[in-house]
Amino acid sequence: MARLHEYQAKALLAKHGFIVPRGGAASTPEKAGEIAKSLGCPVVVKIQAWTTGRKAMGGVVFADNPEKVVEESKRLLSMTVGNFPVTEVLVEELVAIEQELFVSLALDDAARAPVILLSLAGGSGIEERAGDVNRLACDPKAGPDDVQLKTLIAASSVKAELQDAVASAVRGVFEVAKTYEARSLEINPLVTTTDGRVIAADCRMTIDDYAVFRHPELGIEIARELDHPPAALERLAYDIEQADHRGTFYFAQLNTKADDGSKGLVGFHGAGGGGSMMSMDAIMSEGFTIANFTDTSGNPSAAKVYRAARIILSQPGLVGYFGSGSGVASQEQFWSAYGLAKAFWELELSIPSVIRLGGNSEDRAVDVLKDACADLPGKVEGYRKDDTPRTISQRFAALVSESSAEPWSPRAPRTPAFVGSGASFPINGGTVWIDTAGCDAYAARLAVEHSSGLLKDDGGVPVLAVSEQDAAGKDSEFIACEVELRRAGKPVVYVELDVPGLEEVLDCAVTIGGGN
Amino acid sequence: MAILIDEAKRVIVQGITGREGQARTNLMLGYGTNVVAGCTPKKGGQEVQGVPVFNTVKEADAYCRENHGGPADVSVVFVPARLVKAAAIEAIQAGVKLVVIVPDRVPVWDAIQIADAAKAHGSHFVGPNTLGIISPGKAVLGMIGGRAESAKSWFKQGNVGVISRSGGMSSSTAYYLGQVGIGLSTICHVGGDSVLGLRFPDVALMFEDDPDTEAIVIFGEIGGSQEEDLAALMKSGKVTKPVVAYIGGKAAKEGTRFSHAGAIIEGGKGTHAGKVKALTEAGATVVASFGDLPEAALKAIAGISSGSTS
Repeated sequence: MARLHEYQAKALLAKHGFIVPRGGAASTPEKAGEIAKSLGCPVVVKIQAWTTGRKAMGGVVFADNPEKVVEESKRLLSMTVGNFPVTEVLVEELVAIEQELFVSLALDDAARAPVILLSLAGGSGIEERAGDVNRLACDPKAGPDDVQLKTLIAASSVKAELQDAVASAVRGVFEVAKTYEARSLEINPLVTTTDGRVIAADCRMTIDDYAVFRHPELGIEIARELDHPPAALERLAYDIEQADHRGTFYFAQLNTKADDGSKGLVGFHGAGGGGSMMSMDAIMSEGFTIANFTDTSGNPSAAKVYRAARIILSQPGLVGYFGSGSGVASQEQFWSAYGLAKAFWELELSIPSVIRLGGNSEDRAVDVLKDACADLPGKVEGYRKDDTPRTISQRFAALVSESSAEPWSPRAPRTPAFVGSGASFPINGGTVWIDTAGCDAYAARLAVEHSSGLLKDDGGVPVLAVSEQDAAGKDSEFIACEVELRRAGKPVVYVELDVPGLEEVLDCAVTIGGGN
Repeated sequence: MAILIDEAKRVIVQGITGREGQARTNLMLGYGTNVVAGCTPKKGGQEVQGVPVFNTVKEADAYCRENHGGPADVSVVFVPARLVKAAAIEAIQAGVKLVVIVPDRVPVWDAIQIADAAKAHGSHFVGPNTLGIISPGKAVLGMIGGRAESAKSWFKQGNVGVISRSGGMSSSTAYYLGQVGIGLSTICHVGGDSVLGLRFPDVALMFEDDPDTEAIVIFGEIGGSQEEDLAALMKSGKVTKPVVAYIGGKAAKEGTRFSHAGAIIEGGKGTHAGKVKALTEAGATVVASFGDLPEAALKAIAGISSGSTS
């Protein structure tokens, strides 16, 4: 996630010339005690959590001796803030504060430029004291205007001998934000001390998700904003997105249980940011709870949509699978239909599903989905652009209420018997299998016909018509071929696709379930 | 008339030799957009669908002036996200007055620098992360519609302007308005990012000045302040044409980003309720369900023809 903890942000500040309190982060009470011992008491111990008001929730304690640090850290490290368990505390020396100031940088969408908020009045309730806050517009290259900054500080109660240091700190906020491409950076408070120093006593910093690739030094694992630590499935989804740049795949897990009075937990698969959000609103107003928010769009490959469906169907307890985007998509929708049809077949989908595939090639997309899913235990229905989100949400509700299926339990995908024994060749992220023994002349001809020129007929058996290298990136075309052959009743091609790490997550889920 | 784009504007495509560049040039040409040149460094001298390719925007612009009677009016950018800043600033410095930035995942500090360059040179840009702009019956920029024949059948020409923060929902909104008989002057997808070139208030002011636009339909989203800023313009009397709006993300939780970089509620700002309130108080019609948008737009238009402004 692209938010940095206080101690991480402070390390960056220190590197750029800021004075920060001496201290260190600890993930065990014992380590916290050792840090306190080496610093010398008294110290302050603070939970590392993305929240304001840590003091009020008991997340900040002062300690006179290392034993108390250990004892208090036990409590702090068992706290939960929102959905985040506290995993680290920061142990720091106490500084003798004279005055508390506030400085923050944000990106102003109206000005299309950074803006610095500066309060020189001191205090910790910045939101309530909006009147004391000065806005400093920033030049994107040069930062805040020097004259304006100096004039402000000169008119404040900051001691004359510290005014230059405060001005440097404000400029420093701009420089650090620019260097690490922060979306926001806040030092609250920036303090002046009785021994004449200006110190960053706290710091919150968020890095731009899209710039994380330029800052490997920050060690950011998953560059997405969530209101909880990334769950196992979210990590897998993020890895899939990083490995395949054809289109966008976004996955955030929102609920593991249906709300009280809800019609049930739904696997949600949107397409397009706005369309997904609008569809999410539609299905929720029909009385359902969504397990996840997913968006595959921007002309995603069939392989990406397939993997997205596999991730969504790794969530237990779903009463149905609901897919809907803008409904008038510019992208060719049959690729999504192929990806979904493959995933639903492999998992023998037993819960009802409604998928709105409106947009370019919607007729083909709906036909593919309908035929390929006809034999599944769960009812799968495809819809077009003239079917409104409200209509299909109501249809989904009707299917769920008619259905006698058990809530979904994640399972391993089925594979055809010829996997392991038929002919095969590798592609990116998987293997294509051909049922050489079960193939007849008609099946071979069909396979070639649906292969986008990738296969040729070699005496009644389809074989690769291009080099393995040229075939490697054609996962979506092979998925289309597989699904078309299944539609035609001649399933002689199968694409075995990896979803790295998914098996381990499912095993883990089974173990947890088994223990109850 | 329409805003931002019509059939006469001279358009160049940056990144024209790439996969997306080629596919979308095909769409734009097929729809009737006056695509006159393309650029890709080191690919000068090639042709893409009959459109000559140059190494730089400057060369493409010089070619436009010599052979098409004037400068390149618009550049549509299809280069990888990390190269967008350099490409957009190149176009701005070459004097292109409108740059349409289609790619997704452009770092926000890059967008800020593009904005800085645009301001210095008196240029506008749309995006990043925009599906584009279309003036039905005239021309399209970017990739709205995906294919020319789809764009022709989905969007009808008329007197309502559409502004959207979602690409897919630009098409969707326009299509459903068309289904109830409402034609459109221009559809502008401003982009899904948090720092954008043209924003709701900028585009609304253009529609206000456009004699062929009678009403404005917006698809808004949680996060940022575009809807609130538009409401402020309406309150101050700078936007007087009727505004009908839907705001997505009613069910969104704070602190989680919903796909679009701009769609996040932070520090209690950018909420669904706040946006609905601001627009409603400014006199806009805000519908609770997306499906109610066409009906509300019909009412707004009926209001104009009957002489009522409420």
